[in-house]
Amino acid sequence: MRLGFNLAFGGFLTAVVILAGIFAPWLAPFHPVMDANLMNAELPPDAEFWFGTDSQGRDVYSRILYGAQISLSVGIVSQVINSIIGVTLGMTAGYWGGWWDDLVNGLTNVMLAIPSLIFALAVMAVLGPGLLSLLIALGLTNWSWTCRIARSSTLSLKSQGYVLAAQSLGYSDLRIMFTQILPNMMGPILVMATLGMGGAVLSEAALSFLGLGIQPPFPSWGSMLTDAREMIQLAPWVAIFPGLAIFLSVLGFNLLGDGLRDRLDPHMRTRKA
Amino acid sequence: MLRFALRRIFQIIPTVIVVALLIFIIFSVVPGSFAASLFSDGRTNADPQLIARLTAEFGLDKPLYERFFTYIWDLARFDLGTSFRTRLPVIQMINERMGASLELATAAMVFAIVIGVPLGFMAALRPGSILDTVTMIGAVSGLSLPQFWLGLLMMLLFALHLNWLPSFGYGGGSFRNLILPAMTLGVTPLALLARTTRAGVLDVMNSDFIRTAHAKGMSEGAVVRRHVARNALVLIVTTVGLQFGSLIGQAVVIEKLFAWPGIGSLLVDSVAIRDIPVVQGTILVIVLWFLVINTIVDLLYAAIDPRIKQE
Repeated sequence: MRLGFNLAFGGFLTAVVILAGIFAPWLAPFHPVMDANLMNAELPPDAEFWFGTDSQGRDVYSRILYGAQISLSVGIVSQVINSIIGVTLGMTAGYWGGWWDDLVNGLTNVMLAIPSLIFALAVMAVLGPGLLSLLIALGLTNWSWTCRIARSSTLSLKSQGYVLAAQSLGYSDLRIMFTQILPNMMGPILVMATLGMGGAVLSEAALSFLGLGIQPPFPSWGSMLTDAREMIQLAPWVAIFPGLAIFLSVLGFNLLGDGLRDRLDPHMRTRKA
Repeated sequence: MLRFALRRIFQIIPTVIVVALLIFIIFSVVPGSFAASLFSDGRTNADPQLIARLTAEFGLDKPLYERFFTYIWDLARFDLGTSFRTRLPVIQMINERMGASLELATAAMVFAIVIGVPLGFMAALRPGSILDTVTMIGAVSGLSLPQFWLGLLMMLLFALHLNWLPSFGYGGGSFRNLILPAMTLGVTPLALLARTTRAGVLDVMNSDFIRTAHAKGMSEGAVVRRHVARNALVLIVTTVGLQFGSLIGQAVVIEKLFAWPGIGSLLVDSVAIRDIPVVQGTILVIVLWFLVINTIVDLLYAAIDPRIKQE
């Protein structure tokens, strides 16, 4: 019952947010950057401006729809990068062992010691603000758990009959890893990536809020909150709605990840049966 | 026990050196020179003589490997370098700010433990109850909230509308100034603690020795006190430790939001003005803090659960 709810509600929220981003140009009544009009500055929500307007008179609702494009791209692309790095390192380390395994293990331990937001902050400090820097900063700093999972799954899968059979047939190492091992550990990797997407959306928001991520006037949910502190008393809607968008999409990713884990975890499946 | 402790403590050192190397490399691939980026404001170029003088002063004209060895040698003597901007020793700037950060992290953790652990415990004792459902919905929501946004909302409600608490600042260390940032920072560990406590307690409740305890006629209260609490404690201590270790890192955004004078806001301000020695120093201190707390947790862990030492 609960398993179904997490997966269904998480999937629903995620789908809504992704569709909002894709169809933003058709759904948004105003342009997110060009339709600034100081005559309309800081209007409370009404029939024309559903979520009110910001300090430059731009429609907050339209900016949130377009902001979904940037925030979700950052979340999804950075986690795809993390998964590729984590899986490649973890799988090869687990399969080959030896000095490569020691090296990957050491690197993973170091990465785990640096909080990923702090690491991303350092990378942003070097690369400067912007979308590409964000993708690099968030894509390179959060692969350690995926790597650990990939490594331990590989270690246990490596002694399975079908892998041994493939070895005796003379398959190359890479072919075995990608055709025999990888498909069998996709479940946990997918769960980590989904949960990581929520985390990356939060990190993007935090970095942009600190002025290190997406720069105004381009709307990401985090950059929309940059000057929210100064405006919170006069125009609270400028702070409330972008935050709500972040909350709902991260909640969607987290519930989806939890639901997937409940569904894919063999431990849970036996308990249910 | 002593040998185990010493071994764990010495394991920190190589990790710190590699982290230092990593941070050093990241900040050495910066395009352009630090001195130039420090003084050019985008309109006028900085005086070349000034840049040359500063480059020499900070030793930036030396080859990379030489700079790295100097850096590590200085680190070994707890010298984190000199700030580009203030010309003060970095270690001194961090020292001045460390107290406020520790205060904030401790207050946030206490808030999280006092509310999160009992909630998780009660939820686990009555699985499927309204309290359980509400706690778990609250926990997943707490983990999905952008913390600084929650902070903004609390600022709006408690400081601006109700006027109960100051909206930001350190207030000379007054307790009233601590409440809002600590609650904001505490929400994530609170949610995580409620969740892991519940999972841990449920796991213990389903184990054989609890069934045995029930079977031999032990009262429910005694079972919970003597067996469940003690066994769930290992998981709770681990979560508390890991969270406490990463809290100073998480505090960066909260410190900035509430203008809290800790090392998190020092880091953000230094990133903005590219004061690299301070950035390197604060990151290293945050990592060291994380590793030290983790080691303490491992030791505590071994003290609580004698099975762990065997390995």
